[in-house]
Amino acid sequence: MKLSVEEVSNVAVLARLALAEEEKQRLTGHLNEIIEHFSRLQELDTADVEPTDRVLPVVNVYREDEARPGLPREAVLAGAPEASDCAFIVPRVVDTADGK
Amino acid sequence: MSFDLDSISTAWQASEALRSGKVSSAALTQAVLERLRALEPRLNAFLAILDDEALAAAARYDENRSAFASPLAGVPGAIKDNMCLIGAPNTCGSKILAGWKPPYNATVVNAILDAGGVILGKTNLDEFAMGSSTENSAFKVTSNPWDFSRVPGGSSGGSAAAVAAGAAFWALGSDTGGSIRQPAAFCGLVGLKPTYGRVSRYGLVAYASSLDQIGPLTRDVRDAALVMNLLAAHDPLDSTSWPEPAPDYTKSLVNDVSGMTIGVPKEFFGQGVEEDVASAVWAAIRLLEQKGARVKEISMPNVEYALPVYYIIAPAEASSNLARYDGVRYGHRTEMQCDHVAMFEQTRAEGFGAEVKQRIMIGTYALSAGYYDAYYLKAQQVRTLLRRDFDAAFETCDLLITPTAPTTAFRIGERSSDPFQMKLSDVCTIPVNLAGIPGMSVPCGFSNGLPVGMQLLGPAFGEETLFRAAYTFEQSTDYHLARPDLRPCGESH
Repeated sequence: MKLSVEEVSNVAVLARLALAEEEKQRLTGHLNEIIEHFSRLQELDTADVEPTDRVLPVVNVYREDEARPGLPREAVLAGAPEASDCAFIVPRVVDTADGK
Repeated sequence: MSFDLDSISTAWQASEALRSGKVSSAALTQAVLERLRALEPRLNAFLAILDDEALAAAARYDENRSAFASPLAGVPGAIKDNMCLIGAPNTCGSKILAGWKPPYNATVVNAILDAGGVILGKTNLDEFAMGSSTENSAFKVTSNPWDFSRVPGGSSGGSAAAVAAGAAFWALGSDTGGSIRQPAAFCGLVGLKPTYGRVSRYGLVAYASSLDQIGPLTRDVRDAALVMNLLAAHDPLDSTSWPEPAPDYTKSLVNDVSGMTIGVPKEFFGQGVEEDVASAVWAAIRLLEQKGARVKEISMPNVEYALPVYYIIAPAEASSNLARYDGVRYGHRTEMQCDHVAMFEQTRAEGFGAEVKQRIMIGTYALSAGYYDAYYLKAQQVRTLLRRDFDAAFETCDLLITPTAPTTAFRIGERSSDPFQMKLSDVCTIPVNLAGIPGMSVPCGFSNGLPVGMQLLGPAFGEETLFRAAYTFEQSTDYHLARPDLRPCGESH
């Protein structure tokens, strides 16, 4: 299975990464090398093997539903590239009919 | 008060000097900061040096010694720059987080500060802990104190270099595929990756959440036990944290391995393991045999698949974890004026380095519709086979011994152009994270003047066995007492 530059471009869209043309070319070559190594796993018969997604038998960890203080709003907003006194500021997401 | 910093080498010696009144924490911390600043232009181990905070913590200890029971109270050390500390920058070695200061402390940071510990600074790492040499930081390339033209290993290379050079008495690293143990081996230190869940990950910037663990890098086994006594605890803020209380690891500093069965899995001594490394590790195994352990050669057939499993699972988890760096809540945002989606894409393109982008791309691909079963699910299934190999080994063995890394420290630049060669340096450590078990690297020899490490592996929560075997080995050898010559070139020897 070989990835094309076009498929790599689609993965970049999913990953929200803007890639320059030469970066796409380089990554295509590199991803194909790595996928080549992955193919070794197909040697193994895993039809009846349960997947491991965690190594510890810790499941459904609950706590009492008690109110606790969160982080101070100003401390959290202080790290943002752009913020008002109560919110993160982002580029306009919704267009209005009159363009305002 | 005058004292000789060179007479204090380990954290426990520093602790004894403090408790006997030979030195104050303020004087000790000041002296270490001076040494650190003198070394840093050549060492490049630190991304932030926190003089004021360290001296304030030292003063808090000096003013009220009786309030602090931990032997590490007042003893200065360092933390990797992916663990949150209020008031200090937390870059993860990435431009995307440059300048960001976290609004809360990691649980391990609170544990150290509450115990009266002194944090000197934050150490360099491969960007988001992705790498094996610390060359992959956006800010600087750290050197190995044993040979400044060589890498300290990675990704916790700054922490390892700092301790090996005497610029910190202890340091914390994080280990996803070997990032504590491999730098410990390259720098002649003890490095422990605890059992998954034994140490809280709260406030550790996530790379691959099912594999990441925090642990100590120290000059000897006793120091590692002292640091682990602070780190190992249940944390309600980490839902993967193990609820059982942790033992006192210093109780396992016992010079006796009689009756212990050591397994030696042949697959870890295969292709790529240098002869000097293999013979140093075997000499260590024979020494433990003379001390009363039984040695048994075993086979773990699925270990050879660990590398491809890791390079699916770790990037898959990373692609999800690193989705949060979008220029909205923290760190870098592009200057480009564009809509919000283009803002995310451009911010990430500018902020992430090449290796991180590559892993995000691999992970996104492995998780994408149509490929999930072939890659991610398959990798999780082979992960199960690998765990079964370890389960079977620990049915008949108390611990396993392998090399920590196939080679000693390589030269800066030697492998950076060949990513596959770079990844091979983690071939002995990666299976351990996939199985979730504890692994400790212990100095066991030298090859051409460079340290060699052996890796001790135990079953889940078998840290005490590792401490016991490592301590027994250390008591019969002096590799942990060797120190690098840090005099600049040209000074007479």
